[in-house]
Amino acid sequence: MNNILIAVLALGGLGLLFGIVLAIASKKFHVDVDPKIVQIRENLPGANCGACGYPGCDGLAKAIAQGKAPANGCPVSSSEAALKIGKIMGVEATVGDKKVARVLCKGCKTNTIEKYKYEGITDCKAASMISGGSKSCDYGCLGYGTCVDVCPFGAISLVDGVAVIDKEKCTACGKCVDVCPKGVIELVPYDQEVFVDCKNQDFGKSVKVDCKVGCIGCKLCEKSCPFDAIKVENNVAKIDYDKCKECMECVIKCPTKAITADLDKRKKAFIDEDKCIGCTICAKNCPKDAIEGELKKVHKVDQDKCIGCGICAEKCPKDAIEMK
Amino acid sequence: MNLFSIFVGAILVNNFVLAKFLGICPFLGVSKKVETALGMGIAVTFVMTLSSIITYLVQIAILNRFGLEYLQTIAFILVIAALVQFVEMFLKKSSPGLYEALGVYLPLITTNCAVLGLAILNIQSEYNLIQTIVNSLGAALGFTLAIVLFAGIRERLDLADVPESLKGFPIALITAGLMSIAFMGFAGLSI
Repeated sequence: MNNILIAVLALGGLGLLFGIVLAIASKKFHVDVDPKIVQIRENLPGANCGACGYPGCDGLAKAIAQGKAPANGCPVSSSEAALKIGKIMGVEATVGDKKVARVLCKGCKTNTIEKYKYEGITDCKAASMISGGSKSCDYGCLGYGTCVDVCPFGAISLVDGVAVIDKEKCTACGKCVDVCPKGVIELVPYDQEVFVDCKNQDFGKSVKVDCKVGCIGCKLCEKSCPFDAIKVENNVAKIDYDKCKECMECVIKCPTKAITADLDKRKKAFIDEDKCIGCTICAKNCPKDAIEGELKKVHKVDQDKCIGCGICAEKCPKDAIEMK
Repeated sequence: MNLFSIFVGAILVNNFVLAKFLGICPFLGVSKKVETALGMGIAVTFVMTLSSIITYLVQIAILNRFGLEYLQTIAFILVIAALVQFVEMFLKKSSPGLYEALGVYLPLITTNCAVLGLAILNIQSEYNLIQTIVNSLGAALGFTLAIVLFAGIRERLDLADVPESLKGFPIALITAGLMSIAFMGFAGLSI
């Protein structure tokens, strides 16, 4: 009994002594931390993904507080958080264009053929080492989910043998882009609606054999685009997202449906007759000559010709054109 | 046993990492760059020397006196954990430069088995206070030497053409093994 008492007292006393010393030390050696760092840290996601280039969220919070990093330095958090951090720092935070990752491939199991039966480990890197993977297309998504495993936000899922990224969950941290052995994942603007979902650089004939929805490099999209925004390079079409007005002309023209877009979201121009002053600026700028009307008279949009590019709405000096 | 032989023995012959295999976690974890490895080494040196002095005093003044030797491990852990906390606070106030340099490595050391191992080994070897200090300093410098050498090799390995399946940790572990074999050569050293 005595032994136990001594042991408890000795160890307890030791613990108490250290506790008191630490308590005193924490008061005596107290250092004021910049309250900004704490506030900024609260507005960061705390995933410590490292996409900002700093060691974790604490590192970025410190860098922002010291002015070494911009208020929107976190590529992952929402624009609201960036605005809040900007407020803490007392600067206007310019919100960068939000991006999301997208798998540019529609080669699901029904659209492609299996070259052979792959029975190795379910990992795209391993699978791609055996003559480029089991899928008939050498450029497309293999669908073994290496990106699914690496995504820290659970934004990627496999749908019928092709990885699909949830636009809302994706934070554009870029980990899947790095890990994909086929390089089929790209960062695209969040607002973009039209995509060429193909990376196949083979000639049209062999693409047609490999995949039902592959880009055959026919250049019909290139010719149909009124804005010079889509170009065929190395036998595959590529959209310049800065130039693209999402008129979806290419989507309609594409013979293999390699270009994806939701045609229901296509807009049409409508002219507010009360506001229109008949200046003809819209008619001059319309790439499809879909607007008619004489000078100083209310103009009309030919809804069959209108492709919904929105150029007229941008140019109208009276804001009389609405896209809906 | 004179102090010099204890010192050299602790650095080379009984190198903590490469001969006793203590403190492998920081050895592999913070050895990607020479700069950070050196930071870790300095932090370990600092904490090891201080903690072995205090654990020695605790052993003599409390554990031995009340016949509580069996509580050695838990008492030493208590001492080391509290000490690291205290040192961190002290450095933050008095020497922000050093605090920044040691950075995250300081709290990491709390759970470093090399620090606890050294404290227990000092008692087992029945060193006196001076010998304890010399042995601790030697062991810590040995740790620093090993981790800095290792980091230097790993920096070069990054540029080397390593087979795909050996890249990263596998080649690091092989390197560590080879270094350990190299250090075995010091076992024949008699001072």
